[in-house]
Amino acid sequence: MARTLSFTAALNEALHIAMEADDDVIIIGEDVAGGGGRKDQGIEDAWGGPFGATRGLIGKFGPERVRDTPISEMGFLGVAVGAAATGLRPVAEIMFIDFLGVALDPLLNQASKMRYMFGGKARVPLTMRTNVGAGNRASCQHSQALYGMTVAIPGLKTVIPSTPADAKGLLLASIRDDNPVVFCETKSLMNSEGEVPEGDYEIPLGTASVVREGGDVTLVGMGRTVHTALEAADALAEDGLQADVVDLRSLYPLDEATVLASLEKTGRLVVVDEATPYCGIASEIGALCIDKGFDFLNAPVKKVTAPHTPVPFSPVLEDEYMPSQEKIVAAVHEQLGWNT
Amino acid sequence: MISREEALDVYQQLRTIRSFEEKLDTMMKAGKMAGFLHLYVGQEAVAVGVCSHLNDRDYVSSNHRGHGHCIAKGVDLKGMMAELFGKKTGICKGKGGSMHIADLDRGMIGANGIVGAGIPQAVGAALTVSVKKTGGVAVAFFGDGATNQGQFHEALNIAATWKLPAVFILENNGYGEATPAEFAAPMTDLAVRAKSYAMHSLVADGMDFFDVFEKAGEAIDRARKGEGPSLVECKTYRFLGHFVGDPIGYRTDEELNDWKTNRDPLPTFETKAIEMGLVSADALRRIDAEVTAEIEAAVASAEEAPFPSPEDVLTDVYVTE
Repeated sequence: MARTLSFTAALNEALHIAMEADDDVIIIGEDVAGGGGRKDQGIEDAWGGPFGATRGLIGKFGPERVRDTPISEMGFLGVAVGAAATGLRPVAEIMFIDFLGVALDPLLNQASKMRYMFGGKARVPLTMRTNVGAGNRASCQHSQALYGMTVAIPGLKTVIPSTPADAKGLLLASIRDDNPVVFCETKSLMNSEGEVPEGDYEIPLGTASVVREGGDVTLVGMGRTVHTALEAADALAEDGLQADVVDLRSLYPLDEATVLASLEKTGRLVVVDEATPYCGIASEIGALCIDKGFDFLNAPVKKVTAPHTPVPFSPVLEDEYMPSQEKIVAAVHEQLGWNT
Repeated sequence: MISREEALDVYQQLRTIRSFEEKLDTMMKAGKMAGFLHLYVGQEAVAVGVCSHLNDRDYVSSNHRGHGHCIAKGVDLKGMMAELFGKKTGICKGKGGSMHIADLDRGMIGANGIVGAGIPQAVGAALTVSVKKTGGVAVAFFGDGATNQGQFHEALNIAATWKLPAVFILENNGYGEATPAEFAAPMTDLAVRAKSYAMHSLVADGMDFFDVFEKAGEAIDRARKGEGPSLVECKTYRFLGHFVGDPIGYRTDEELNDWKTNRDPLPTFETKAIEMGLVSADALRRIDAEVTAEIEAAVASAEEAPFPSPEDVLTDVYVTE
């Protein structure tokens, strides 16, 4: 039975299921209990993370497995790596991916490389949950979409769900994966709602999903931009153009086959990403189309991304910064003007 | 105190580390090896004094100068030597090299090329043994230079706040690479940094096995009993450069010769152990010969071993099964 749940509630449900099923799963991060667990003061549960995704866990699983950390991203991420390498299955929360600026080493030089450096003998089943993306007026240091950086690090997997149902299934798969996984939760989707199946299920990492079918153009998105692409598909349909919309879901491993199959069908591809334009997923999808889908292309691949700027604060500026339905539609029309 | 049998074992380890490192120094200078080598000569009493208290359920994280910690924690010599030659039979299949030797089955969770990075990992291992209630402890080895890194401070704060069974072994050899420790921090005893985290601390003579053994023993005992982490500063000295090929120049010959002549941990142990009636000089000379033979055998075996196949570059990145 599916019910309607928010993105946050779906994540919360996945964490409950994972912790129930495996005693090795622990949660660490800033405010993950948020001071909860002080039964003597009547404070059994508090924040449960900035969006409430870890709410209720300390009451059920106790302070040994649900640990508020000091504001020490580098320290507790390093602790999580050590714990993962020695037999626990930690879910560490870096509140906003921007904070990797003070915490990168455990991810860049440690978790990602241990298995390789140690000749295939280490397992580092670490899940790093983190919040990404703009749209909440959180400005330059709380709004970046830095997953392109983690995708570029061999040894890591990077995941970004766009719906509550995918969030639950991908989080369960990430926690149970024996590799370090960067699990990106899009800020502007945290309160969005959707049908979520009950019970324990996993969505395999590395599988994209075709969320709308059409034969005229492929729109590739991830996280929030899947929804922007769907809005654009509605607008294009009014002009009689049918868009195939691909939700990548997993950025590494990347489901190249699904992207290429869609391109083969449509002959045109627009990739929509709220990250900055250089050296990112959008560029990678473009390179994929040229390398392995060249014969399918009837028009140049278009990238609709954020500009090469920081994320601004003022609503007027931030709205301009974000990929929009209008920008996608304009890109598709540009492709249609291409003589093949 | 240690038994006669244990004393022979201690000397065997001190000698193995010394001879292993000196052999590497010779071979590197003869152009037989590649990469960076940071040798542990002079600091042997620290690794052996600490690891004498540990067993396979205990974890150790190490740093760039990690061979001594690995040997003292029981990592196979042949596997280490083959790794240093970049061979397929190396303990890490030739993928890690000197700065990344690890053997998780022995509780050795990794040497490390990033100064300070092993410290939170040991705290993570301490979290594992605490959650799983194995009775184990986790030890981080690092140098004076690492105590100026954020990872050191963040990890100590977390370990102390969570009262984890972690022990921090600070090997103060007086130099962070080429820079004297007093250029990098305003105090002589870096152990005082533990006070910021309300953590127990001790200072040991890192050139004297017996002093390290006693102080580390106290710290490890406290950790095992659930009394929380400690920081043990071991005052020590490295007899060779920061790395093989180091032009030195940052310390005087008088300073080096004083440490080598008067404080060398091997003769220091030998003199004390003989005085205490634990060992005879003859027994130690037999160990010297055995260790030399074992290291020569490890070198021969490493030299004969095959290199990895070029296509092995692609394996071991992810767990795939």
